[in-house]
Amino acid sequence: MEHINGRRRLLENSMFWLFRVAAIINGIALLAVVYFIASRGWRAINWTFLTEPPLDSMTKGGILPCIVGTICLSMGAMLVALPIGVASAVYLSEYARPGRVLRIIRLGINNLAGVPSVVFGLFGLAFFVIYLDMGISILAGSLTLGALTLPVIIGASEEAFRAVPGTYREASLGLGATKWQTIYRVVFPSALPGILTGAILGLSRAAGETAPIMFTAAVFFSPSLPASIFDDVMALPYHIYVLATAGTDIEATRHLQYGTAVVLILIVLGLNLMAIIYRAHLQKRK
Amino acid sequence: MKIPKMKVRDLNFYYGKFHALIDVNMDFNLNEVTALIGPSGCGKSTLLRCLNRMNDLISISRADGKIFLDDININDPGVDVVTLRRHIGMVFQKPNPFPKSIFENVAYGLRVNGVKDRAYIAHKVEETLKSAALWDEVKGRMHESALGLSGGQQQRLCIARAMAVEPDVLLMDEPASALDPIATQKIEELIDELKSQYTIVIVTHNMQQAARVSDITAFFYLGRLIEMDKTESIFTRPSLKQTSDYITGRFG
Repeated sequence: MEHINGRRRLLENSMFWLFRVAAIINGIALLAVVYFIASRGWRAINWTFLTEPPLDSMTKGGILPCIVGTICLSMGAMLVALPIGVASAVYLSEYARPGRVLRIIRLGINNLAGVPSVVFGLFGLAFFVIYLDMGISILAGSLTLGALTLPVIIGASEEAFRAVPGTYREASLGLGATKWQTIYRVVFPSALPGILTGAILGLSRAAGETAPIMFTAAVFFSPSLPASIFDDVMALPYHIYVLATAGTDIEATRHLQYGTAVVLILIVLGLNLMAIIYRAHLQKRK
Repeated sequence: MKIPKMKVRDLNFYYGKFHALIDVNMDFNLNEVTALIGPSGCGKSTLLRCLNRMNDLISISRADGKIFLDDININDPGVDVVTLRRHIGMVFQKPNPFPKSIFENVAYGLRVNGVKDRAYIAHKVEETLKSAALWDEVKGRMHESALGLSGGQQQRLCIARAMAVEPDVLLMDEPASALDPIATQKIEELIDELKSQYTIVIVTHNMQQAARVSDITAFFYLGRLIEMDKTESIFTRPSLKQTSDYITGRFG
């Protein structure tokens, strides 16, 4: 008896530590990435860096056009993907009846999620930029990024809709509400925090992607800020890529590359934080 | 004088291939409480959900036969199920208030039915909460979340919510099964008061509850209506052995 107990306890403890270590490794990996980038990039960051365009063949000056460009592109992607994604999720969870059509749509969404981002870039180039004649522009880039983030948003939103208790729907329908009224007044508000989680994930993904925008929206260098959605832009991830692979002096601009990466991380974290605060506010109101 | 408010005629109901209700015929009278009793799976909840066509939500289900509300057959293809459900309120097994304020919960039915007049809505909410014997407990916190109420209060709120749209019939699916004895007693008192205005159909697993609140009791077994009579008669001298076995606890 004693012997078995001892072994079971040992196993129990080892499993606990195994899982705990796995979780800790996650945290360490994040800290390591942030530390590695921040320690190399923080010196580059100052007021000029954040508020001026690049100078002297991008070896000096700031990255303001890239910051503006990335914010425009990720916001644009959300404007495209959120309405379509949420509407698709409503259809999938509230209206669609199980069957072949539903299976095919799901298959499509899952495959869309598995398409490499560079393929989205090429699709955007062929379809939005050339065929629809949008040119290299914020519009084309936003649409491409939107298509890329669509599966993330559909997935999270559908899960959020399915998590709304069926009893809410029954109560609403039982009072003589139509299906649409039920969705609009009860299901959607309950699902909103989950939808926002999806939006956060999608936004972060859109802000950090390079391949989809390099053919559709981003340019090597642009001296001025975009004036409309038909203008091309600089963007943070593409700027890092350009400085690190094709810049005029790759070694001398290392700190600028890392500085740009720090700014990108801060923007993504900042956007996430805003959404998290809003979500917490929504949940508290219940 | 008994006025039949709802009449069920030759009702058969199927979940896929499963024959859940078999040749059910019965009346529900105005100003009476009818209790549906029977062991789990006997079809009593299914029948209740046929009465406001809530079973429509289950795609593989099918209902044959007629159910009249006054003289309209609610299974008629021309009947608008949304309008129907406004006339037949439902209270569910577990209290299910919306994650909204107490006020908005009661106002919900009015709003979805197109009532815009704020003064009328406020008046109606107060009046309904008073009839549901909840007003005194919540009047100071109408704009707080309904999820902060106790289980019993939540269930009375759900009854108030159903009453606010002035239905003709109230369906109750084991409305007190998730509540403690004191909350249960309040619900039962409420049912007793409400029957002067409504036709009430209640599903219950609790024999004492059926005996306490209902005027008519209907016993179901394996999808069939076995016996239906005045509650007093069913519980004192049921005419069938099956019924007496069930209510004395010998099976089920």
